[in-house]
Amino acid sequence: MVSKRWTAAVLSGLLITSALSGCGGDDGDSGSGGGDGKLVLGFSQVGAESGWRTANTKSIQESAASAGVELKFSDAQGKQENQIKAIRNFITQRVDVIAFSPVVESGWDTVLKEAKDANIPVILTDRAVDSQDTSLYKTFIGSDFVLEGKKAGEWLVKDYTGKTDPVNIVELQGTPGAAPANDRKAGFADVIKADPKFKVVASQTGQFTRTDGKQVMETFLKAQPKIDVLYAHNDDMGLGAIEAIEAAGKKPGTDIKIITVDAVKDGMTALSEGKINYIVECSPLLGPQLMDLAKKVKAGETVPQRVLTEETTFTPEQAKAVLAERKY
Amino acid sequence: MSFVRHRLFWPAAILVALLASNIFFSSGFFSITVHDGHLYGSIIDILRRSAPLILVGIGMTLVIATGGIDLSVGSVMAISGALACLLIGDLDNQNSVTGVLLACAAGIALSLVLGIWNGALVASIGIQPIIATLILMVAGRGIAQLITDGQILNVTSAPYKVIGAGYTIALPVSVLIAAGMVAIAVVLTRRTALGLLIEAVGGSPTASRLAGIQARRLTIMVYVFSAICAGIAGLIYSSNVSSADSNAAGNLIELDAILAVVIGGTRLTGGRFSLAGTVLGAVLIETLNVTTVSIGIPVETTLLFKAIVVIVLCLVQSAAFRAKVLRRPSRVGASA
Repeated sequence: MVSKRWTAAVLSGLLITSALSGCGGDDGDSGSGGGDGKLVLGFSQVGAESGWRTANTKSIQESAASAGVELKFSDAQGKQENQIKAIRNFITQRVDVIAFSPVVESGWDTVLKEAKDANIPVILTDRAVDSQDTSLYKTFIGSDFVLEGKKAGEWLVKDYTGKTDPVNIVELQGTPGAAPANDRKAGFADVIKADPKFKVVASQTGQFTRTDGKQVMETFLKAQPKIDVLYAHNDDMGLGAIEAIEAAGKKPGTDIKIITVDAVKDGMTALSEGKINYIVECSPLLGPQLMDLAKKVKAGETVPQRVLTEETTFTPEQAKAVLAERKY
Repeated sequence: MSFVRHRLFWPAAILVALLASNIFFSSGFFSITVHDGHLYGSIIDILRRSAPLILVGIGMTLVIATGGIDLSVGSVMAISGALACLLIGDLDNQNSVTGVLLACAAGIALSLVLGIWNGALVASIGIQPIIATLILMVAGRGIAQLITDGQILNVTSAPYKVIGAGYTIALPVSVLIAAGMVAIAVVLTRRTALGLLIEAVGGSPTASRLAGIQARRLTIMVYVFSAICAGIAGLIYSSNVSSADSNAAGNLIELDAILAVVIGGTRLTGGRFSLAGTVLGAVLIETLNVTTVSIGIPVETTLLFKAIVVIVLCLVQSAAFRAKVLRRPSRVGASA
């Protein structure tokens, strides 16, 4: 800890001196690169809390390398103060563009204003901030969780067209209060409400984890006389539920149809085995799009305020085709 | 009405009430059928889910009886599960029983070392137990993440799956393991003088030392026992879903375990303890968890519902509260 702090102190000291020495002329840039016309992107990541996040980091690092962007990467280890420090460092280093995945939604106005005053454009990735002043950042690139819920609902409606029997659905929600949980629930409910044959008979949180998904599903299976469909807000809960369904002597994917969101490798494997029927992708691979946007905002082009990550959906056949090259 | 005065009357009453309330929402709640050669039903689910909490709880009971506390149990669970899954994943044949047993032994052995670490910090260096075990609670999750490389480790090992999700003689293996550990703890503490010595250390460390009890060795021992229990619980937890998730495994279980101990009538200040009470407390907590799902409490109010049940339970358990509220006003007047 102590040595880390010392390193940080020494480094920031060096940065300040290099910034001061750079005051005289525009090309006095020594340590921070950028002199060779390469775009310098400062990126502050939330942390490395999940496989999804690790894939997100890798995607950004790899696409920066292939797009010829010099990436200054900083890991906030889940703490906002680290992230604010990193952004201030990027400003001192005079990077061309700053991008970050905010740890929390609020409390960014001051540091974003500093970036704006220094004329450095900011791009938000994956998560939003709640600042009233939208001029503080150029664009926000990330998934639309409501749309993901809608896609899940649309597949269900299509799969049951022409049938009139009631369809009993159980839902495994994510962590209560988390944006992906709220939005995926709302989007799904919005689509299926058009047809009264669809009925969500039970909906509980599985905390986005396998164990909770399994335990809640075990109880659902005993409490509900008839379950036709399971909708899980992420793959992990769905994978846990599959174990519960198998232990109850039923066949996942056949006796109970399963829809999940995320498309991580374990989920895709289950999908290719027919244990899951449909997965809506929530892709962490936004690196290439981010590099594109960074170049555009640097060049002064206007970019849309909201950019959606390129995402798709998977059926078992599609999963089989792409499983081998799945990175995460 | 002497059974009403029994320490465990009120927790048992609430447990029965919770179980009974399920009948109105899920008609087959009490039905136990034989399915694939093993018992199947909600009651069996509750017992299976209680197994890790019972294990962690009995370890916690002994630690609390010495006047200590062990916050690191959740992290120890994560570490032991992570190590076992890592080793099984490296096996040439994941279905080799010997390989799986060795991997489990490694997980438990590492837990034992972590227990010695906790015990040494508390007993030899003299750090407050809450701080000493907080170190491992925080750092331990980091160690678990280091082992799993921050990812969820999957294993496809049939023998490993038996520990958490399997059955033998129609009963869940996890429940049998938990019952075995409870039996060991009961025999060690109630058939030998060990329990008395632990209570003496918890009651007054100084007096017990002056009486010739080796308090230091005893303290290290209970932390080691707690860590081993947590290690086994971690194996059950990860085996149940055939994967090691270092973030979620045992997350906040220390609080549930402390609650189970308190429901069971063991005082947090140390001294007398009740292993049966802790087991009852653990089953009660898991029954509450199953009940919230079974009767369909909405997600937004789940925590509130649980809080109300726990508060009611703690209040009726308190003799002082019962004396104030439940006694007839006239009698209060008469005694005043």
